[in-house]
Amino acid sequence: MVYDLVRLEEKAIIEAAKKRSDRVELKIFDSKDLYFDLFEQSKIQETFGNVVLQRCASYFRNLHLTAVLEGKGTRVVNDLNSALITGNKLFMSMALVKEGVPTPRTKIAFTQDAALKALNELGYPAVLKPTIGSWGRLVALLNDSDAAKSVIEDREEMFPLYHVYYLQEKVKRPPRDIRAVVVGDRTVAAIYRISTTGDWRTNTARGGKSENLTITKELDDLCLKASRPFGRGIYGVDLMESEEHGLLVHEVNNTTEFKNVMAQSGVDIPGMIVDYLIEAAAN
Amino acid sequence: MAEIKIPDDAIDGEIVTCPDCGTSFELDISQAGEKTIKAAETVGEDWGE
Repeated sequence: MVYDLVRLEEKAIIEAAKKRSDRVELKIFDSKDLYFDLFEQSKIQETFGNVVLQRCASYFRNLHLTAVLEGKGTRVVNDLNSALITGNKLFMSMALVKEGVPTPRTKIAFTQDAALKALNELGYPAVLKPTIGSWGRLVALLNDSDAAKSVIEDREEMFPLYHVYYLQEKVKRPPRDIRAVVVGDRTVAAIYRISTTGDWRTNTARGGKSENLTITKELDDLCLKASRPFGRGIYGVDLMESEEHGLLVHEVNNTTEFKNVMAQSGVDIPGMIVDYLIEAAAN
Repeated sequence: MAEIKIPDDAIDGEIVTCPDCGTSFELDISQAGEKTIKAAETVGEDWGE
């Protein structure tokens, strides 16, 4: 397992591997200590074993480390394609739309003027999100065109990545969303994430509470369909309950956090992840 | 001087916090098992899931 931030999830995975020590030897690597010689081949495979679980919280570190390991013939879960596509909201949305997964109406623009025109078509309120980022960071609620102009003017002063305007309808929904965890071919657990802080965002990283959710066939089917374009792996699928359109998938997370899902559902997610890795290493 | 408690199951790179000032440090465990602390990384713009 490669990581950079030790969260409850990483420690739970280590414990789950210890319980399966007859079947798996888990080596852990703090990615911040790693360096590679791109001309070396055998040492990389020898050091990292049959399969690597990628748990880096830094997206760019995660992506580039996966590229090195996979490029040198090591199997990484999740793989480079999955990290690349799910790590970018535009790429991810395009994959969901192509797969026919219900997802919020989304527009993309590359200049201030084009963004404002796109917003006029989309209607207000709308949501502006950075294409790369997580935990609700720099996600802006645009209540009207004046708010949109102000926020977009600010973004124009930022790094060029923030000049890619990913604009989404603000879905009418209860003040909660759903986080489901997919391991391999199964949706193994799900929770409601409920905003209790008055924040319109429901990321548990921003506070709020969570409740267990029984997985229906509809939810299972939708989560598996949503993760299919990215390949078999371990994902956190986020869904909203639209008043108009029913369940909508708004995000698929590649290096999913699961401590709240585990706590509320009682499902042994770290155990399932280790079992999945054992199976992946055998195939 | 404040004493920072290191959990028994701590692993290399784990964040520990000073109980007096709240500053976060990163635990560095050498191959010989020697534990030291260094300044922790601040949360990056690209951190997440």
